[in-house]
Amino acid sequence: MELILAILIGLLYSAGIYMMLRRSMVKLLIGLILLGNGANMLIFLLGRITKGKPPVIPEDSAFFTEIYADPIPQALILTAIVISFGLQAFAITLLKQVYKVIDSDDLDDLNTTDDDI
Amino acid sequence: MRTIILKTASNYLLPLLLLFSVFILLRGHYQPGGGFVGGLVASIAFVLHAFANGLKSTQEFLRYHPGIAIPIGLTISLLSGVLPLLSGLPFMKGSWFKDPVPVIGMVGSPLFFDIGVFFVVIGVTLTILFTISETAQE
Amino acid sequence: MTDNTIILPVIMHMLIAVVLIFLWNLPRVQKFVSVAGSILVLLVSILMFYRTWTTGILTTQAGNWQAPFGITFVSDVFSSMLVLLASIAGVAVSIFSIVGIRKERLRYGYFPILHFLLMGLNGAFLTGDIFNLYVWFEIIIIASFVLMTLGGRKPQIGGGIKYVTINLFASIIFLTAIGILYGLTGSLNIADLSLKIADVENRGLVNVTAMLFFASFGIKSAIFPLYFWLPASYHTPPSAIAAIFAGLLTKVGIYAMLRVFTLIFVPDDFTRNIIIIIATATLLTGAFGALIKKDLRQIFSYLIISHIGYLIAGIGMFTEVALTGLMFYLFHDIMVKTNLFLISGVIVKIRGTVKLRELGGLYDEYPKLSLLIAIVFFSLVGVPPLSGFWPKISLLYAAFETGSWILIFAIIISSFFTLYIIARIWAEVFWKPAPALDHLPEDRFSRMRFFDKTTMILPLIILALVSVYMGIAAENIMLISKHIAVEMIDTSPYIQAVLGTN
Repeated sequence: MELILAILIGLLYSAGIYMMLRRSMVKLLIGLILLGNGANMLIFLLGRITKGKPPVIPEDSAFFTEIYADPIPQALILTAIVISFGLQAFAITLLKQVYKVIDSDDLDDLNTTDDDI
Repeated sequence: MRTIILKTASNYLLPLLLLFSVFILLRGHYQPGGGFVGGLVASIAFVLHAFANGLKSTQEFLRYHPGIAIPIGLTISLLSGVLPLLSGLPFMKGSWFKDPVPVIGMVGSPLFFDIGVFFVVIGVTLTILFTISETAQE
Repeated sequence: MTDNTIILPVIMHMLIAVVLIFLWNLPRVQKFVSVAGSILVLLVSILMFYRTWTTGILTTQAGNWQAPFGITFVSDVFSSMLVLLASIAGVAVSIFSIVGIRKERLRYGYFPILHFLLMGLNGAFLTGDIFNLYVWFEIIIIASFVLMTLGGRKPQIGGGIKYVTINLFASIIFLTAIGILYGLTGSLNIADLSLKIADVENRGLVNVTAMLFFASFGIKSAIFPLYFWLPASYHTPPSAIAAIFAGLLTKVGIYAMLRVFTLIFVPDDFTRNIIIIIATATLLTGAFGALIKKDLRQIFSYLIISHIGYLIAGIGMFTEVALTGLMFYLFHDIMVKTNLFLISGVIVKIRGTVKLRELGGLYDEYPKLSLLIAIVFFSLVGVPPLSGFWPKISLLYAAFETGSWILIFAIIISSFFTLYIIARIWAEVFWKPAPALDHLPEDRFSRMRFFDKTTMILPLIILALVSVYMGIAAENIMLISKHIAVEMIDTSPYIQAVLGTN
């Protein structure tokens, strides 16, 4: 399980960086999303994976009776997901705005030449 | 994309989903659920309505711009966090009423924090989705 | 010591922002709420600084979950001083924004977002939890993205895209580093981490994590070779926004770097050498960049980078004298850089351009204003007895002590170039007779009402006064800086204050 996840994380990071280096802005956005998911998976993996033991205290007991999964990585990932949700929404509207202004998906069209120098 | 089936179904689904979102919101302190998930379910209800009946009719149905839910939610959350400060306790210290209220369960400041989050999530999600789909229609 | 009120600078900005959202359609009312709110926060920050200075490190545990399990907010002298300076800059910028920001931008919610940005800054300065720091960083960058691209035209959006992409990338590196750190130690509280990191057996991974943090904060604070986004974007937004970015956003990166590299990863000799080399390169490339630019705001952008080099150099040397100089320089830099971009805003109002070639004759027309600006320029260059002079002495002394000759060379060259650049700006903008150009708009500043003029000049005066105070009462600032430097080298008071016992 850990090995598969580690490979998956590596794939997500490399695919994300590859996509970020493209000139198309949509691919840039996809790259950012992939990288964010890779980081979330990394936290999930490094928080030690415990199968089938949710950190929820059963109703008939006042405390945990057996080993449970660490809830902190899940809280961190949830926070990170919420943040990236907001950021991606912002990025989409920004790209939309860029597309309106320059009428192109190519990042190179965005460059303005400095007048002096 | 307007189909009669979805339109009819969404009329029944909207109140059901809203009720379900409140259910998720209320059970959230000790069980899986909470303000964030509840807010997402509630905004999905409105998004489904918008899919079936068009954006215009959902906006008319809501009357107010969904963005207004953001400051309301922030106020509720902020107040629930600040109130402990007045009695010399740390920020966001949870304080509970002793006896459970019927149907709702235990009532305390974390519940109000969750309600605030619920409104903020509805406001933010609907504002984002409406803005994006509005510009997409142009 | 526990003090539950240290979270107030964060909450109050949030409260102001919420009130401002309720007043969405009333930009006129928003202006006064924003200014009044910023002044209130400033008062609270002064009080907080005073209490921290007199009683020692203050902490509060959010939700009363004890450290290291809950989120701790810590106010030591370093944090509270930065909150104080951020509040001063916040007051200045919000006064400047009354006239300095156009109505269309106000209608898109400029003021609420400005206060969310300030909330994020205060939160980042006060938190004692590394993941919470990430969250505040995200709040800061989301707010700054919106401010950067608000109502933008092509150059602004072009700068915005670069800024957004590279900052998101830095955040992901930061998140990755936090994930690895949590996997290694099982803790997120900075004080707790500083104890637990020593027990980790896999030192290689610890070093990798440290470098990930360094890269992430390095992008945010624009060090060599990660600074390219800054000159590509900082000259594009309106001056008030660029001022708060220039004064505070890059400094948050430095703040985080200082916290992480004093408490969690104490740099060894090898890392210090790398940091010193990077500092040298930052000092020189920033200065060279500023030399060739002919646009006032782009010159200022490169000066930011060059002067970040002094701060990085302080971390690299890591002696008490160096850290003292670093602290003093940080305080000085926040005030002066904010002021520089506000000045460029006033110049835009007067001349309608920031290109050196098209400017000129300001000294003839506005002698008093020019003298005020001259004070700021002098303190930037470091003319004694103004504020830029003293920290440079400390840094040079520290470099001399540690024997890093290359750094001495870089500091002197960079100071000299700054002097040359400022002299050139002075000659081109103020002394040179105004060129006769037809296409320039007429002077919008002189036609303004007295009140409007005051709101544009008052922030400059406030910030310049703080700079002058830092120069004249240098022994007070030196005392504060020294106190912080001592706390950075011996971190046990911080750890003890956060974790309670031992």
